[in-house]
Amino acid sequence: MSTMQDYQSSLDDPNSRKFETFSYLPEMDQARIRKQVEYIVAKGWNPAIEHSEPENAFDHYWYMWKLPLFGETNVDTILAEAEACHKAHPDNHVRLVGYDNYAQSKGAEMVVFRGKSV
Amino acid sequence: MAKTYSAGVKEYRETYWMPDYTPSETDLLACFKITPQAGVPREEAAAAVAAESSTGTWTTVWTDLLTDMDHYKGRAYAIEDVPGNDDAFYAFIAYPIDLFEEGSVVNVFTSLVGNVFGFKAVRALRLEDVRFPIAYVMTCNGPPHGIQVERDIMNKYGRPMLGCTIKPKLGLSAKNYGRAVYECLRGGLDFTKDDENVNSQPFMRWRQRFDFVMDAIDKSERETGERKGHYLNVTAPTPDEMFKRAEYAKEIGAPIIMHDYITGGFCANTGLAQWCRDNGVLLHIHRAMHAVLDRNPNHGIHFRVLTKILRLSGGDHLHTGTVVGKLEGDRESTLGWIDLLRESYIKEDRSRGIFFDQDWGAMPGAFAVASGGIHIWHMPALVNIFGDDAVLQFGGGTLGHPWGNAAGAAANRVALEACVEARNQGVQIEKEGKEILTNAAKHSPELKIAMETWKEIKFEFDTVDKLDVSHK
Repeated sequence: MSTMQDYQSSLDDPNSRKFETFSYLPEMDQARIRKQVEYIVAKGWNPAIEHSEPENAFDHYWYMWKLPLFGETNVDTILAEAEACHKAHPDNHVRLVGYDNYAQSKGAEMVVFRGKSV
Repeated sequence: MAKTYSAGVKEYRETYWMPDYTPSETDLLACFKITPQAGVPREEAAAAVAAESSTGTWTTVWTDLLTDMDHYKGRAYAIEDVPGNDDAFYAFIAYPIDLFEEGSVVNVFTSLVGNVFGFKAVRALRLEDVRFPIAYVMTCNGPPHGIQVERDIMNKYGRPMLGCTIKPKLGLSAKNYGRAVYECLRGGLDFTKDDENVNSQPFMRWRQRFDFVMDAIDKSERETGERKGHYLNVTAPTPDEMFKRAEYAKEIGAPIIMHDYITGGFCANTGLAQWCRDNGVLLHIHRAMHAVLDRNPNHGIHFRVLTKILRLSGGDHLHTGTVVGKLEGDRESTLGWIDLLRESYIKEDRSRGIFFDQDWGAMPGAFAVASGGIHIWHMPALVNIFGDDAVLQFGGGTLGHPWGNAAGAAANRVALEACVEARNQGVQIEKEGKEILTNAAKHSPELKIAMETWKEIKFEFDTVDKLDVSHK
């Protein structure tokens, strides 16, 4: 048994702040983001891009990047919108959403670009 | 022409065996597994069960003639062999809907599983399944919120949620208990849970538990930036006391409370579920005492029926067994009742033990809760079996981590997210489970230690109650 390790998390360390699904894994690279976009498209869900200042990430509503990409199935187009949102708001979290209109819920939601910790 | 009165005992089958009857859309249908006493013919035993669970009594009474018994009676309309069991048979019985009070599982089951279960003509009796007509379903309140609303309230999407039952289940002080909750939540769990045995004992009264747990929720939310909850158990000796505890949970802002629907009773549960809908508090349901009713393959009530009772009575979560952990549950059968809990229309499927089509209409579905004896190595199988609409609860698998609850929680969260990501990528996660977890552990020392701690622990006792199709 290796030596016991302290769990690093505190109110004064902004890096302790998480942002739900996949935020306990390492930040996604392009290849991993692409796979998740492909999953959303394969499920027939409507992709959408949203962003938020990291300090306001707990709020239910983030800023929509344009409108959800209804009916969009081109993975490159969806990735390009996520990139464009990230470029326009480099300090913000950018998340990818898959709206499942039959379940009236989000079938997927994950941060694909992590903002600057504050 | 009016009937004449003739006192005495008639054979049940003269009145209650109707093989030519076609069930109506609004009938409530039941499938019983009957083991009759030696020498009692199947038709007579089936008719007896139909009679004793509806209008019949052991002898004819003159007041029968003051009503239209042919309208109100239960009808045994079919019998079938039980695969692999020559002593028993299935009897299908149709009950007219106006035998039952609207919105009352209490009333339905007082009839269906009342006196008839002690009836001498049958040696053993088991209620295998019940088809609730949509007309009856619509009179019930059902889950206070359901899966979609809970996801929105808790802000959890695209994955199962993670929980943990706080242990030791008895004996902690309220403040130490809150500490255990806080550590689990800050480490990455979505929920923690009161053990079902925790109500309001001398070592920890409910009021202090609620206060300290709420403090733990508040701080872990500020610390992690994620929404958290703890199932505050409001199961109580009396309904008044139960509602008092529920009101206080709401007052301090608790997002979710908990009830034991069988020991607490269906009446209390249905009332609490309505209260939860009115007050915007989520409701987690535990099922203590279920195994007393559902474990014997020849006598009692199958869990798929208990699942339907809960969906009608109301709850946003229900414990369903884990398939892979330390508790009973056969995989196909479990998948059957998970569907009955979550889906809106479930087709008859004997390979999953489902005897009837069941239409729930617009009634919300509830989350399946997998809890008991599961740990990090079970994660790939759990994600595969349960899908996203589930709460996976690791008690010992969180609290038993060598570095403590927060590290245990983080290990579970990393493992869960790694499995979900791989699933979304099209990976066969049960087959590739070891590789997925090993890769994820490269970035998570907490997961690495958890994998070393629980390596090779498996629970593979044969289940006692198997589906009848697999007996031979």
